[in-house]
Amino acid sequence: MTIVDINAKIPNNVDLADDRRLQRALEGWQPKFIRWWEELGPVAFKRSPVFLRTAIDVGREGWANFDHVEMPDYRWGIFLAEPEPDRRIAFGDHQGDDAWQEIPGEYRADLQRLIVVQGDTEPASVEQQQKLCLTAPSLYDMRNLFQVNVEEGRHLWAMVYLLHRYFGRAGRDEADEMLERHSGDTDNPRILGAFNEETPDWLSFYMFTYFTDRDGKYQLASLRESAFDPLSRTCDFMLKEEAHHMFVGASGVGRVVQRTLELMHEHDTDDVHPHGGLNLDLIQRYLNFHYAVSLDLFGAETSTNAANYFAAGLKGRFQEERRDDDHVLRDATRLVPEATDDGIGVREVPQLAALNETLREDYTEDCGKGLDRWNRSIAEAGVDFELRLPHFGFNRNVGTFAGHHVSPDGRMVSDAQWHANASDWLPSDDDKAHVKSLQVAVTEPGKMAGWVAPPATGINRKPLEFEYVRL
Amino acid sequence: MSDLEIEFETSPEQYRHWVVEIDRERATLTMNVDPTAGLRDGYELKTNSYDLGVDIELYDAVQRLRFEHPEVKVVVVTGGLDKIFCAGANIGMLAGATHEHKVNFCKFTNETRNSIEDATAHSSQVWIAAVNGTAAGGGYELALACDEILLVDDRASSVSLPEIPLLAVLPGTGGLTRVVEKRHVRRDLADAFATRTEGVRGRQAVDWGLVDQTAPLSSFGNLIDERVAARAVESDRPDLGPGIRLVPLDRTVDGDSVEYSAMSVSIDRRAGTATFTIAAPDAPQPATPDELIEAGAGAWVLRCARELDAAVLHLRFNETAIGTWVFRTEGDADAVAVAEQLLADHPDHWLVREIRLYWARTLKRLDLSARSLMTLIEPGSCFAGVLAELVLAADRSFMLDGTWEDLDDPPEPATIRLTGANLGWFAMSNGLSRLQTRFWGRPAALAAAEATVGTELEAREAAGAELVTFAPDDIDWDDEVRIALEERNSFSPDALTAMEANYRFVGPETMETKIFSRLSAWQNWIFQRPNAVGPNGALQRFGTGSRPDFDTRRV
Ligand SMILES: [Fe+2]
Ligand SMILES: [Fe+2]
Repeated sequence: MTIVDINAKIPNNVDLADDRRLQRALEGWQPKFIRWWEELGPVAFKRSPVFLRTAIDVGREGWANFDHVEMPDYRWGIFLAEPEPDRRIAFGDHQGDDAWQEIPGEYRADLQRLIVVQGDTEPASVEQQQKLCLTAPSLYDMRNLFQVNVEEGRHLWAMVYLLHRYFGRAGRDEADEMLERHSGDTDNPRILGAFNEETPDWLSFYMFTYFTDRDGKYQLASLRESAFDPLSRTCDFMLKEEAHHMFVGASGVGRVVQRTLELMHEHDTDDVHPHGGLNLDLIQRYLNFHYAVSLDLFGAETSTNAANYFAAGLKGRFQEERRDDDHVLRDATRLVPEATDDGIGVREVPQLAALNETLREDYTEDCGKGLDRWNRSIAEAGVDFELRLPHFGFNRNVGTFAGHHVSPDGRMVSDAQWHANASDWLPSDDDKAHVKSLQVAVTEPGKMAGWVAPPATGINRKPLEFEYVRL
Repeated sequence: MSDLEIEFETSPEQYRHWVVEIDRERATLTMNVDPTAGLRDGYELKTNSYDLGVDIELYDAVQRLRFEHPEVKVVVVTGGLDKIFCAGANIGMLAGATHEHKVNFCKFTNETRNSIEDATAHSSQVWIAAVNGTAAGGGYELALACDEILLVDDRASSVSLPEIPLLAVLPGTGGLTRVVEKRHVRRDLADAFATRTEGVRGRQAVDWGLVDQTAPLSSFGNLIDERVAARAVESDRPDLGPGIRLVPLDRTVDGDSVEYSAMSVSIDRRAGTATFTIAAPDAPQPATPDELIEAGAGAWVLRCARELDAAVLHLRFNETAIGTWVFRTEGDADAVAVAEQLLADHPDHWLVREIRLYWARTLKRLDLSARSLMTLIEPGSCFAGVLAELVLAADRSFMLDGTWEDLDDPPEPATIRLTGANLGWFAMSNGLSRLQTRFWGRPAALAAAEATVGTELEAREAAGAELVTFAPDDIDWDDEVRIALEERNSFSPDALTAMEANYRFVGPETMETKIFSRLSAWQNWIFQRPNAVGPNGALQRFGTGSRPDFDTRRV
C-alpha cells in the first residue's frame, strides 16, 4: 500500500504511513476486525448506505464528515487529540513530571489492563446491539444506532492503536483477544458483566446509551487525565464521539416520555399500554435497572487498584485539574456508604481508596440532568409524576450493597419485601413482553413507530424525512 | 563501611597478609595478617582474623598457584603466628558492615573456598591445612576447604566453630555443611562441636572426624612432609613449568564505563543496568598448547574469563544498586569457536584444563550473583560455545528475529551456536551443565537442544530449540527490551534475588548448593535479626563484657 492508500483507508493523525510497527500490526488485525464486524456487527443492512459521520481529522473541519457510507467501508481511523505542549502530570506521586510519551516498564501491566478493560467494552456494545436494526422505530433511529456502532468500533481501534503502538507483542495478543471475546459467550465472555447482556429492545438501547455510555464517559474522562499522554489524547478524542451516544440516549428517552404524555393526553388515561405506548412507571423501572447496572461498572466503593492507579498517575479523577485540592490525596479521607445488616451507614476511608465512589458521585450528578429535562416536560404536560434515580444501593451486585436489598428510595428491605416489590421496581416479564410487542421496524423515511415521538431536528440539518439509511 | 571502591586486583608483591613460598612441587601459603592493614578503619585484624582484603589476597594466591605454578602439586596452608592458625572473620568488621557487604563478603569467601576444593579435585593441586595453632570459626572453615587437615597436638590448639555461642550467627563459610557433608562427622557430635566455644583438640578431633591427623609440635613438620610427598606422587601436574604470568588486567575506567581488553561494562544508573559487551577475538589465537603458554594471559580465552571475573566482582561489591546485568557480545562467532577449539582438542593439558575450570568458576560466579541477568542476542553478536553459556545463564534472553530492517545495509541476522563446550565443560553448582539445568526433567527437549551442537541457529530456530526466551523482531525489539528492563527495575530487589536463586538451581543438591542456599539463606536471615545485629545483639555486645539480650521466641 502506498502512503496515500494507507491514509485514505485508515484516516489517522499518528503518522501511520511512516510507522512500520503499526502497519505490520494493523495488517494482521484489520482483516480480523472486518471479519468480526461482518459476524457480530449489525445483523442486517450490511450493504445499505448509511448517512454517517466519519472523523478524518481532529480539527473542527475534519472530525465530522457526513456522507452515505456502507458500514464495512466505514473508514475507522486513529485519532488522538492535538498534543498539549509541555504537558505535565497533574496528580499522584509523579505530579509535576513531564507526561509520559512511552509506557514506563514499571506500569506496563497496569496500563495494559486499564486499556484492555476499556477497549473490551467498545466492541461488546456493538455485539449487544447487533439485532436492534431489525426493529428500528425509524430510519433516523436506525442511522443513530449505526453511528453509535461504527464509533464504538472506532473506539476499539483507538484502544487497539495504543496496544499495538506501545505494548509490543503482548499488546498485539491483547488486541486479538478483544475480537475473540464475545458478549454473552459463556466460555469467552466480555470482561465486564454488564456487557454480556443483550440489548433486547429500543427502550433498553436508549437507556443503555444514556446510562452505560455515560459510565464510559466518566471512565474515559478519568483516563484523559492519565500521565501516559497517548492514552490521554486518545480518550480526549473519544469523548467527543461519546457525547453523541449520550445524546441518542437522552433524546431517545425524552422522545419516549414525550410520546407517552401525548398518548395520555389523547386518551385521557395513565395507562397507555392499550394504545401502543409505554407507561411512565414502566419507564421508571427500565431506568432503575439500567442505572443500577451502570453503577456496578464503577466497581466497589473502595479499591486498592483505583488508589494505585491514581498514585501512579495512570487514572485521575473527573476533571482532575479543576479540583481544588493537592491532587495527591495522601492523607485525605472521606466517607463512603456502608451496608450492614442494621442498615445503610457510612465509614471513613482514605480518599485514595474511595476514588471509585468519588467518580460514581460525579456520574450520578450528571445522570440527574437528563431526568430534570424529562420531568420538566412531564410537568409541562400537567402530569403528576416524577422520574427519579433510584438510591445508589438499589439492585447492586458490586460493592457494599451486593447481597443486600435496598429499595429505590433507599431503605434496607428484607428478602420478602424485595420479592414482593420487585415487579414494581424492576422491569417485569409483562413489561418486557409489552415493550417487545411494540418493537416493529419502521423504514419509511420520516415515519416513526407509535411508542416514540419524532426528534425535534434531523441529523446535520437534514430534514426528518431524509433517507438516513438507503435500504 | 564507607563507599570506598574495593579493588580486587593484587599480586604477591603487594600482599599484606600472606606469604607464598614455592619449593618445587610444594607451595606453602602462610597466613600472617597485618592487624593494621584492614580494608576499612575501625577494626584491627588481630590474631590472624580476616576481612575481605585478606580474602582478596587469598583468592589471588589460589589463582596464581594454579596458573603460574603448574609444578606445584600440593599447597600447604598454615598460620604464621604463634599458637594461632586463624581466628576467622573479624568480628569488628562484621559488626560494622552493611548487610549487603556481609552477604557479599560471605559469598566471595565461599567461592574462594570452593575454588580451593576445585583445585584439589580437578587440577590435581591438593590443598593441605597444616593447622599449627588454634583454628576458630572461619579459620577452621578454611581448613575444611582443604583436602586434609593436620592439627598440631600441643595440648592447646583446637579447632572450633564458636559462632553460635559467641556471636549468635552461623559459621558463614560452609563450616556446618562441610563438617557433615564432606567430613561425615556424626550430626550429634557436629552439634556438640558447633555449640562449644573451646572447640575440640588433639585425639578427640581425630576421633570425631574433625581433622585427619595430629602430631606433636616436634614431629608436625615431618607429618606435613610425609603428607605432601604422598599426595604429590598422585598428581598429574607437570614436574616443571613454565607457568604463565597473570599480568595485571588491561582496564580503563571512564565515568560509568569500564573498558577491558575483551569487554566493556557500562552502567546506566537511571535504568539500574550494567551492560557487559564481550568482544570475540579479533586476532589469530593460539592453536596449540605451546602457543597457548606462549600467549599466556594474553590469549583471548583466558583474558576474557579474567575480565569477566573481575567485572562481576567489581559490580557485586561496588555497584550494589545496579540490579540488572545485561550481556551482549560483538564479533565473529567463528573466531570464538576457533579459539575454543584448542580447549576441546587438548583437555588434558594442564593450562587448557585450568582455563576450562576457570571459565566454569567464573560462570558459576555469575549464577550466584544477586542480580537479574538478561542476555540480548543481536546481529553482529557471537554467542557461540563458551559465550553461549551467557544465554543459558540468563534469567531471560531476547534474540532479534531477523535483522535491523531500517539500516541501509542490514546485517546478517543474529545466530547462536552451541558447541561441545556447552555439554558439560561448565558445571553449575548443582553439578549439571546449564543445558541440563535448563531442561531438567525433560530429556527429549535436552536431546533436541544438544542435537543442535555446531549449528548456527537463527532466532526462530533458537526459540524452537528453547534456547532463548523471546524472539521479537526489529519493530518490537526496542520496546520489548526497554519495558522488560524497566519493569524488572521496578520490582523489589530482595524478591527478585530470591526468585532468581530459586529458579536458577533446579535439580540435585550438592555441597555447594547447600552452602549457597540453605546455609547462606539462613545466615542472611540471622544477619537481619536483632539477636545478632540489634543494639543488644551478640555482634554488638561481643567483647563488651555484657551478655546479649535475646528475644527468646523461636521463629
Ligand atoms: Fe465508546
Ligand atoms: Fe459509546
